[in-house]
Amino acid sequence: MYSVLVGMSAAIVLISALGVVSTKNIVHAAIYLLITLLGVSVIFLLEFAEFLALVQILVYAGAITIVLLFAVMLTRDIDQKDMENNSNRAWMALITFGIFIVFTLSIWYQNWSITEIIYDAPNSFRLLATALFSEFLVPFEIASLVLLVALIGAVVLTKEGRDGA
Amino acid sequence: MNEFVVLLSTGAALFSIGLYGVMIRRNAVLILMSIELMLNAVNINLITFQRYLYPGTSIGEVLIIFVITIAAAEVGLAMAIVLRVFRNWGTINVDKISEMKN
Repeated sequence: MYSVLVGMSAAIVLISALGVVSTKNIVHAAIYLLITLLGVSVIFLLEFAEFLALVQILVYAGAITIVLLFAVMLTRDIDQKDMENNSNRAWMALITFGIFIVFTLSIWYQNWSITEIIYDAPNSFRLLATALFSEFLVPFEIASLVLLVALIGAVVLTKEGRDGA
Repeated sequence: MNEFVVLLSTGAALFSIGLYGVMIRRNAVLILMSIELMLNAVNINLITFQRYLYPGTSIGEVLIIFVITIAAAEVGLAMAIVLRVFRNWGTINVDKISEMKN
């Protein structure tokens, strides 16, 4: 049952990801991206990371997709010429497929030392919070600083300057 | 073991799809969507490693939280840049924005 769920969510993620890179309509690409992100949150749930599943839905599906859709609406060309793809797509597909094959072979031929799985992992929330606020406190604060800088940078970049640029 | 390999292969496939999207797309917003795919591939790999190689710890979840934070900051800044470029050039086709070449 567990394997079936994992396989189904992986299939949903991969199929909708292929939709993102292959569709002609940019809004459809955003919808496919939304489905991919929800599938990844299902994978998080299956791996007993409930908090991350919540954060994935809130931040990725709720915020980032909406921001991308806003950008799509604000920058749409009348003649849709922006959707033109690169001409030599076959070569690119071949290169990325080769990279995928290398990845997969190195995964399959590695001697992983898998530990016995704890199915009732207790207190995932508490473990995460303890690690985040003790061992990783300084990176956590730096991450908040990064968010602040990105916020100020976005405001400065989109503000109409005095020179009208 | 089986799910472990399946999930790692899913991460590899998702990363390759995102890379393909970055290489073939010319629209800046679509390139950003493909970058999001690659970041999610990293997240799948991290949670899989934590679950099957380091059970009982939360190192992978902490790393994923940082990845999500950086992704949010990246999208916010990139959207600001895209809007600015569209205002100045009238297009977001990355092949036509070649002012900084030569």
